[in-house]
Amino acid sequence: MCVAVPAMMVEREDFMATVDIDGVRRQVSLMLLPEARVGDYVLIHAGFAIQTIDEEEALQTLQLFKELEAYADTEADG
Amino acid sequence: MPTRKLTVDEIRRAAEHLARDIERLVRRPLRLMEVCGTHTVAIFRSGIRELLPPELELVSGPGCPVCVTPAEYIDQAVRYSRQPDVLIASFGDMLRVPGSFSSLLAEKAAGADVRVVYSPLDAVQLAGEYPGKTVIFLAVGFETTAPAAAAAIVTAERAGLPNFLTLSAPKLVPPALKHLLDGSGTQVDGFLLPGHVCAVTGLEPFGFLAVEYGVPAVVAGFEGLDILQAIRALLENLAAGSPEIGNQYGRVVRAAGNPEACHILEEVYEPVDSRWRGIGDIPVSGLKVRESYRRLDAAAVRPLPAIAGTKAAADGCRCGQVLQGLIRPAQCPLFGRQCTPERPVGACMVSGEGTCAAWYKYGAGRWQQ
Repeated sequence: MCVAVPAMMVEREDFMATVDIDGVRRQVSLMLLPEARVGDYVLIHAGFAIQTIDEEEALQTLQLFKELEAYADTEADG
Repeated sequence: MPTRKLTVDEIRRAAEHLARDIERLVRRPLRLMEVCGTHTVAIFRSGIRELLPPELELVSGPGCPVCVTPAEYIDQAVRYSRQPDVLIASFGDMLRVPGSFSSLLAEKAAGADVRVVYSPLDAVQLAGEYPGKTVIFLAVGFETTAPAAAAAIVTAERAGLPNFLTLSAPKLVPPALKHLLDGSGTQVDGFLLPGHVCAVTGLEPFGFLAVEYGVPAVVAGFEGLDILQAIRALLENLAAGSPEIGNQYGRVVRAAGNPEACHILEEVYEPVDSRWRGIGDIPVSGLKVRESYRRLDAAAVRPLPAIAGTKAAADGCRCGQVLQGLIRPAQCPLFGRQCTPERPVGACMVSGEGTCAAWYKYGAGRWQQ
């Protein structure tokens, strides 16, 4: 039940926003995340944006995994 | 995300690397509990169990809201659904959960007005569309979902909708983990914490795990690599011998959580003792609607007369022990025989994120282990 999906906020009107979820547009409420701005990536759950996604953190995680897979290569070679 | 995603091959190699680290770090038999049903499914789907050494057991916890909703709650919802002016609005996975004498799906088939909604706000909208009906929204869920129900209550109150009510029984995760550690008999060496619950609550409510019980915990994301990385972090923490609450899911989970969501929860709900299906009563593990929003609380404004003889669980169903990590699904005598996703006996087999349903769907060949 706690599944949530990332989406990009494309429009905002008061406490409602239009978000883009992999090409599908949906209306979500910003009552729980009033500080969200157009262009932010947000996490959607049960029709509400519940958190912003920190792009820098997301990139760091991605970078870490990339380093791991590169390291796995050297281990395999060695 | 605007960035390139990892290729399948890159993911596979990173997973291999993490799995090698994990194997190095496991020096004795260990049990780690993934609290969240969404994690249970992600672990199966990504094949993580196959990567782990045999001494490391992943056990599912009580983290599926549908599974821990007691039969009495379903019975109440069923009885409301039989009242001719009532429209029940519910998340879809609640419909098949067996109460002690019926389910919402059976009532719907028999003509009751039971609607599936994606968002609590859809239920508010239904109240506007059907002024002749009383819409009762079934507000269940953990800290991830409860703020959405609270926001719907505030929205209906502000709109002055006279015909929107909730049957509210949200539940809180930290008291359930405390209950597990306090003597349910479950041995847990570390927790994978539910990422989206923590997105709302932050880390502080889980601090007691490390401080009071000496059990480390790591908040995990929901990709296979997230989970492997969180397991590695847990093992490193266990090896270091200084239990901490870690956060692998920093891209979504802030230390302070979502203050606005916590604020609206606090405004609408107050903590209350709560009954968990198969587990029993757990102190301050649930939420009830505050006096100031009593007008929207079905239990307060449309109380149902008490009925006797509610049966706690179907004969032989061992959901309660599954939910506490005491047994694996295959150790229940009903699992895969009388109890299947098509004909569930217990709630753990109903929800797609229930432990039994996940083991049934993905665990083929490993049931006997």
